[in-house]
Amino acid sequence: MTFLLALAAATLPVPAGEQPVDPYVVDNANAGAVPVRGDALWQAFHGQAGVGRIVDSLVLLNTSDPRISDIFKGQDLVRLRRTLKEQFCYILGGGCDYTGRSMKDAHKDMGLQTADLAALIENLQKAMRDEGVPFGAQNRLLAKLAPMKRDAIER
Amino acid sequence: MWSHRLVAGLLIPLSMAAPARAGEWRGGGKLLLATGVTTIEGAAGGGLATWALIAGNETRNGIGGSAHVTQVQLDDFGLTTFGAAIGAFDRIEVSYARQRFDTRAAGATLGLGRGFAFSQDIYGAKLRLVGDAVYDQDRILPQIAVGVQHKRGNRDGLVRALGAKSASGTDFYLAATKVLLDRSLVVDATVRMTKANQTGLLGFGGDRHGGYRAQFEGSAGMLVSRRLLLGAEYRTRPDNLGFAKEDDAFDLFAAWAVTRNVAVTAAYADLGSIATVSGQRGLYLSLQTSF
Repeated sequence: MTFLLALAAATLPVPAGEQPVDPYVVDNANAGAVPVRGDALWQAFHGQAGVGRIVDSLVLLNTSDPRISDIFKGQDLVRLRRTLKEQFCYILGGGCDYTGRSMKDAHKDMGLQTADLAALIENLQKAMRDEGVPFGAQNRLLAKLAPMKRDAIER
Repeated sequence: MWSHRLVAGLLIPLSMAAPARAGEWRGGGKLLLATGVTTIEGAAGGGLATWALIAGNETRNGIGGSAHVTQVQLDDFGLTTFGAAIGAFDRIEVSYARQRFDTRAAGATLGLGRGFAFSQDIYGAKLRLVGDAVYDQDRILPQIAVGVQHKRGNRDGLVRALGAKSASGTDFYLAATKVLLDRSLVVDATVRMTKANQTGLLGFGGDRHGGYRAQFEGSAGMLVSRRLLLGAEYRTRPDNLGFAKEDDAFDLFAAWAVTRNVAVTAAYADLGSIATVSGQRGLYLSLQTSF
């Protein structure tokens, strides 16, 4: 069974513009949070287009943020944007599947600290503000992301 | 948050011992308002209620701190508090505050003399036991801390004459604080074992009750933006002294994180009857800097 799953994972195609990653089992559980119910929150984020703008803006803010830009050097930003959009869409009730790695695997050996996460959250808050997402709706997404700290932080 | 020069002498040797390697040090790491403001007793919290949060902007990777000055302008009295706190590794907080309670014109009426003042020093320590109020959003468990506040008043003879057993005493508390992020709420509930009369300014213990009694203090607030928390607080008091009734206190507050390092709290506070003068209400204004 494990062999078959590994084989299935290994045969996943590499999306255009992305670098290959080590095989892993694709599962929505990798998103690290249970989706919200209903589509009110998805609407508050202006759906696919809004989440697309927020993630693009977030990645740009992070890569130009002197506090955390080093973390993103050498990372596959094309893949990061795609999987972040999937993850937010999945969590916000947008009906997507998440095909990325688990939070633990995705952040492995990055040596992240709580302060790095706080900087990222501040950048996400700015991206959501710029998109015009109401503050309460912003916090509902942050509430889903916050517990991922336990898997993302290593020291 | 980014300036740690104030404690640089302390930081450098300790950061080398900490999990973060020296040279990788950079300040800050808590989100705005995730450090709370400062209570009238010098601990991180609301204004009246002490919270389980650790003072300062640092995370488990560093040492931060805060300093504050607070003025409460009541109808007949004034209370001024200033002090500082150090928060280490988001685990331990030590704090100092000095309170000065000015009887103003009422001092003459009470036979103490116009402008007669009671003061006390408050030495605090707080230990976070479990939980993370901000990040543990998938758990019901709040952030829980235990703490102690040792208070030393300057009017020993007078407070004993008024019925208190001592001008100094020690409070012990258990605080539970939780940010309910999906509802933009911040809630705290704290139980304090205390003998203090008017937080200790009128001494400890009294002719009506002498020993420790459990009192409640709590806050509930709503984050209306990432910089602004609006809320209310309530605090019960022991009412130990026969000569003057002591009422429960409450306030309505607005805490505003002006920058990473500066927060201003304004409140309407009702402290009830103080030293026989009833209905003491007024404006509470506090300025805090944190790093």
